[in-house]
Amino acid sequence: MSDISFVRTEMLPEKEPPASTVGFIGWAKANLFSSVLNSVLTILSIVLVLFVLSGVLPWAFQSVWNASSLTECREILKATYGEHHEGACWAVINDRWVQLVFGFYPPYPIDPTMYLGNPPEGAWPAYFRPIATFVLILAAVAPVLFDKLPRKMLIITAIFPFAMPWLMWGGTVWFPVAAALGFAIGYFAFKYLADIVGELAGLIIAVVLPVIWWLFLMGPFADLMQSIIALDIPVVESRKFGGFTVSIFIGVVAIVGSLPIGIVLALGRQSDLLIVKALCVGFIEFIRGVPLITLLFVASTLLNIFLPPGTEFDIILRVLIMVTLFASAYMAEVIRGGLAALPRGQYEGADSLGLNYWQAQRLIIMPQALKISIPGIVSNFIGIFKDTTLVSIIAILDPLGLTNGIRADAAWNGIYWELFAFIAIVFFVFCFSMSRYSMYLERKLKTSH
Amino acid sequence: MSELATERQIDRSKMHVGSDVAIQINNMNKWYGAFHVLRDINLTVNEGERIVIAGPSGSGKSTLIRCINRLEEHQQGDIIVDGTELTSDLKNIDKVRREVGMCFQHFNLFPHLTILENCTLAPIWVRKVPRKEAEETAMHFLEKVKIPDQALKYPGQLSGGQQQRVAIARSLCMKPRIMLFDEPTSALDPEMIKEVLDTMIELAEEGMTMICVTHEMGFARQVANRVIFMDQGQIVEQNEPEEFFNNPKSERTQLFLSQILGH
Amino acid sequence: MTVMTDPPKESFRLSMLIYDTRYRAITIQVVALLGFAAFFGWLIWNTSNNLAALGKEPSFRFLWEPAGYDINQRLLDYNSQSPHIRAAFIGVLNTLVIAVLGCITATVIGVLVGVLRLSKNWVVSRLMAVYVEMFRNVPVLLWIVLAMAIMIEIPPGPREFRGDNATASVSLFGTVAVTNRGIYVPDPKFDGGLGDLPVGASSTDAACAAYYDGSEGLVDINPACGTFQISLDFLAIVALLAGTLYISRRIKQRADDIQEKTGDRPTTWYIRLAVVVVPMVILLYLLGLYFTVPELKGFNFKDGLHLRNSLIALWLALSLYTAAFIAEIVRAGILAISKGQTEAASALGLSAGRTMSLVVLPQALRVIIPPLISNYLNLTKNSSLAIAVGYMDLTGTLMGVTLNQTGRELETVLLGMLIYLSISLTISMAMNWYNESIKLQER
Repeated sequence: MSDISFVRTEMLPEKEPPASTVGFIGWAKANLFSSVLNSVLTILSIVLVLFVLSGVLPWAFQSVWNASSLTECREILKATYGEHHEGACWAVINDRWVQLVFGFYPPYPIDPTMYLGNPPEGAWPAYFRPIATFVLILAAVAPVLFDKLPRKMLIITAIFPFAMPWLMWGGTVWFPVAAALGFAIGYFAFKYLADIVGELAGLIIAVVLPVIWWLFLMGPFADLMQSIIALDIPVVESRKFGGFTVSIFIGVVAIVGSLPIGIVLALGRQSDLLIVKALCVGFIEFIRGVPLITLLFVASTLLNIFLPPGTEFDIILRVLIMVTLFASAYMAEVIRGGLAALPRGQYEGADSLGLNYWQAQRLIIMPQALKISIPGIVSNFIGIFKDTTLVSIIAILDPLGLTNGIRADAAWNGIYWELFAFIAIVFFVFCFSMSRYSMYLERKLKTSH
Repeated sequence: MSELATERQIDRSKMHVGSDVAIQINNMNKWYGAFHVLRDINLTVNEGERIVIAGPSGSGKSTLIRCINRLEEHQQGDIIVDGTELTSDLKNIDKVRREVGMCFQHFNLFPHLTILENCTLAPIWVRKVPRKEAEETAMHFLEKVKIPDQALKYPGQLSGGQQQRVAIARSLCMKPRIMLFDEPTSALDPEMIKEVLDTMIELAEEGMTMICVTHEMGFARQVANRVIFMDQGQIVEQNEPEEFFNNPKSERTQLFLSQILGH
Repeated sequence: MTVMTDPPKESFRLSMLIYDTRYRAITIQVVALLGFAAFFGWLIWNTSNNLAALGKEPSFRFLWEPAGYDINQRLLDYNSQSPHIRAAFIGVLNTLVIAVLGCITATVIGVLVGVLRLSKNWVVSRLMAVYVEMFRNVPVLLWIVLAMAIMIEIPPGPREFRGDNATASVSLFGTVAVTNRGIYVPDPKFDGGLGDLPVGASSTDAACAAYYDGSEGLVDINPACGTFQISLDFLAIVALLAGTLYISRRIKQRADDIQEKTGDRPTTWYIRLAVVVVPMVILLYLLGLYFTVPELKGFNFKDGLHLRNSLIALWLALSLYTAAFIAEIVRAGILAISKGQTEAASALGLSAGRTMSLVVLPQALRVIIPPLISNYLNLTKNSSLAIAVGYMDLTGTLMGVTLNQTGRELETVLLGMLIYLSISLTISMAMNWYNESIKLQER
């Protein structure tokens, strides 16, 4: 009988793997040249990359940054790099970059001493108001996106929907205050009336009262307050809005505005009430079924026809309304996904404790559903932000619209690639970083559940 | 199945059945579409009663107790809870839900709120109790279920047994007169079942009216004053636990008991 | 003995409208409906007031007036005397052309890129990642405008093809001319063609004459003119293709049957190929197919099929942009099939190809197809950006030139939206139908 018992007396030492599987060569062999097809693909890709880079890099880097016109630019290129060099003329960005960022927004609308007229030139950092708007957006969004920040920053988030339009358009400060007051009226009406007349009736009153306030009383109130205590900053007309400011402005307003509408639509779509559901589904599917450009046509040609005679909303406001409606339909679908992801038990838990529908939604369902939806909301925002370029078709001077204007100037007639490249890079940086953030969030949500 | 839920002696001094009616169900019927889930249920629960409902899965026992706080709607018959009839009137529904606490198989804690917030939420919003008072009550009940030190954690950080005890505390914070338990231990690991059952026994010792859907026959034998056996949406047999376990009358009950206790 | 009396009938109280779950639902719905009706009525009331003030009566009669503008890229007969409605129809067809072309190329590129992104080859997968991120994160309108600029600025003008020392030449053996005015490719023509089939009402001579009145330059007026002319050659080719594809499918089914009965699978791919190809070749021969190659005559190329810059730019940009999204869908779909599935299939001894076709693909397609169709929908909607490069699709015709010429904002924009909506709903319905059919299979 052969001896099958075996006992190891000495442990084997760890050995290096064979040289062909480690190091760069091993890696390259395993990853790049593992088969004929793979090798061909690798070589083709490398050739392609080299070809593109050899074309783009000299163009992008052997270029001109300071010139006042395309002809001057070409001359400098000729003088520096020789007769046949094709170089980029980034000077156009240098020359027009203020316009690409701020459009025709007046540079000095506000003065440090709060003197409320047109200030002396050079008195204050230029473009204070749009820059303050950007800072405000960041400060308002940060506490929503990063939960490590102090919760008190949410106050900025609450103020910002009213402060932002005021900073951009100007006018009396009493107007946004009066608008905010409408929400306060609704809140207090609900708080004190709900116990007396019941939840549903309280809610209806809490919706109707602010609407009456906004439609009929807000204007006179703001005028009255303005006549008592005049607090205003110079008005800037919307046709002066332009460049990336207008893209960001439209994108942010659309997302902020679409959030409440989207929540209502999503709840309506989830509801058991047939008519409510049909109305919400109808709205959502209609908006999602037509291209954004048709809605922009509505904004540019039809919206003033739909409104009471004499209402003259300016074009930016009309575009804001339509883009917000557009975004809300998509937002509703994102939030509906978040609602569907919540287990039924959460509704039952809330019901069994005696919370009513709105309390359950506000305290239990929405906080969780919105948290799950944040990645979707961010992707929505990326989509809307990219789609703001469409406004150039209805003659709003977003960056893409400005390129035509810049080319129309004799000095820069015939310049294409540098402008497109600059706009593309800016959009890429914004959208790419946001999409990375939303991926990070998705991973975080996956691990925390 | 463990025969005995706990080794300790049960203090029966406060466990007595009162004469007031807590829940009255008359000829109640319920259908899911064409499927007749609950057939002609008649049940009277007096104050202080501890009722265990047993039966095979799909027999309608969960549906029955979910009807008692109208998580499910019944189509025929009356349910009167604590003097309030459950109709389609929202005020009545809210009133009943305030007086009836419920624990679920999967706890249904709110994962975005801390344990303490889970417990204070309903008192603050439904009973309009000041926050401070609500927190004191919550801490009192959390101590009672022996997890006051977890109060600031989130449900996801707790074990299943701890979560179920929080769920019990959360219901108790509403100071309910009746507690419903819907298979509170069936999603738990064996070693956690005991801690939850202990909490439930303590509750029974204080004289709480309880209706409990469970497979824990040891608990039924020790704590219940009545065991109800349901099958195919009907109450097949009900009796005192001793009689029910030792001398089941119906064939269906005998079969069920032999299956559940036989091994 | 007590007499059972009916419980007192609960009388209806007003508060029940709010507190009784039965009535509450009705109350809320009535309030919602009233609110909606009031809002809608308010809009209509405003609109009619505003239109009255402008002196415009809403009417679609303008659709039958002569359009007075030209559409250079079209599938059907059209001239500037044709009515607006025909222009709109040509626009719809152009929208569909760009949508179909775009969906096909986007799918091909997207699937290829998605698969390559999963390749173990580091260089290739990185390169594909760069492509996807680059296109996804830059607005599609920018890509369209950029593609248009490339089409106009980079290729040589027709002039440069001329003379002995021409700087540009017609590529691909003298068949394809890439110029800054568009791409000219060989145009298929039929020697012994079957002619056209007139469809539609106005086929009497008088109506024809009236219809084409003032149609200078339109050479080939068919004497039996109808509202539309559909090429019989085209119909014949489509019919033959459908027929042969059906036969080919039957052959495959037969092969399946044989495999089920005997266990052996007959090799059929060459028969199936022949069944499709041979009759097609014969038909094309009978029809007398020949190609006219583009030739430089005067200042421009003639005789070839002229693909205009706007079409090419739109097609290219939409395909590449949508392909980036499709690539991500394909990648996610393949990744969603767990490694365990492939390993299980390999462990059963299935070959790599069979593993792919029998195990991985059927499961992956389930994940891939719904978002794929919604991307087709996006592409179709994005095709409305054609207006930025002057491609005459529905937006360019009805909601562009027609709107400007007639001043009928309300009618044109609403009609245009309605048409887009019905296209979208058709695609959505296809998706729902597919989802339903998957659900059935899962049972």
